[in-house]
Amino acid sequence: MTLSVGQSIAIIAVCAACTFLERWLPWLLFGRRAVPKVVEYLGKILPMAVMVSLLVYCLRGMQFSVAGAWVPQVIAVGVTAGLHWWRRNTLLSIAAGTVCYMLLVQLVF
Amino acid sequence: MRKTAAYAFHHSIPILIGFFPVGIAYGLLMQQAGYNFLWSGACSLFVLAGSLQFLMVTFFAGGVSLATVAVLALLLNSRHIFYGLSFIDKFRSFGPWRWFLIYSLCDENYSLHCSHDFGPDVNEKWAYVLTAALVTFYWVALSMLGGLVGSLIPFDTTGIDFALTALFTVIVVDQLRGARTRIPAVVAAVSSIGALLLLGPDKFLLPSLLVTVAALTLLRPVLEPKYAEGGAAV
Repeated sequence: MTLSVGQSIAIIAVCAACTFLERWLPWLLFGRRAVPKVVEYLGKILPMAVMVSLLVYCLRGMQFSVAGAWVPQVIAVGVTAGLHWWRRNTLLSIAAGTVCYMLLVQLVF
Repeated sequence: MRKTAAYAFHHSIPILIGFFPVGIAYGLLMQQAGYNFLWSGACSLFVLAGSLQFLMVTFFAGGVSLATVAVLALLLNSRHIFYGLSFIDKFRSFGPWRWFLIYSLCDENYSLHCSHDFGPDVNEKWAYVLTAALVTFYWVALSMLGGLVGSLIPFDTTGIDFALTALFTVIVVDQLRGARTRIPAVVAAVSSIGALLLLGPDKFLLPSLLVTVAALTLLRPVLEPKYAEGGAAV
């Protein structure tokens, strides 16, 4: 630990408060009146778009000038997605993809 | 009540399985950062947001102001704003338990709330509450277990953080498979990769989400009819 206990608790408190605030926001804004149609539409359509953006966010550290900084990610995401498309077994897909990535970064690159 | 509890457990099993590597990986990462299983358990209980908790491990390394922590937490979790939109009336009908359901509205609980499928002998309110309680318990318990296992069995865990990327990959694959249209995924991919190349890895996520929301709002006349056909979209 480089931070003090107090500083660490402050970080947890800020993250907990911000997370709760965002989860609560729809009730704060629309709890007493009808939800606007465009917001209802975005609520339906956004999950897929947001998850794709988050996947890109997870892979933001890839560097194409160094093989070890992009080949393992591409292979492991391919293994995870391919396996999940085929078998639809969440545990299998996550475990296989993670083990594949760990082996690639530890033993190959 | 027995049937409701059995239903909730059955409904939550995929999340228990999916959380297994991620929770263990999270506890291990925290342990490596000098935060034992009590810390990872506390983070999981109070924050209950996997991707933010992984990011918090970097905050614990120091050098990040609380204002920056707040902005990054709000940005990373901004998708959660949209989760409640489908449950405004339902959760209000659950009385004080709505506060627990709002607090626990993470990606996994959201996906389970969207896919409830129970018969007349199951109590709706307790099905929602018990499912969310189980998911919360799995997350807290597994992240603590990860911290304990990490302190007992030291081995090379380089790359285990890929479990989070793998979880997101699996969610995206599930969404693409069940989708009426894949246009939102294409829009988000173009916008986020474009923003990443233009703005770099540290600043791209919010601009890309805003562009995506704007583009999807403009595409509403094309996309909305696809969602109007048939039941609820997941």
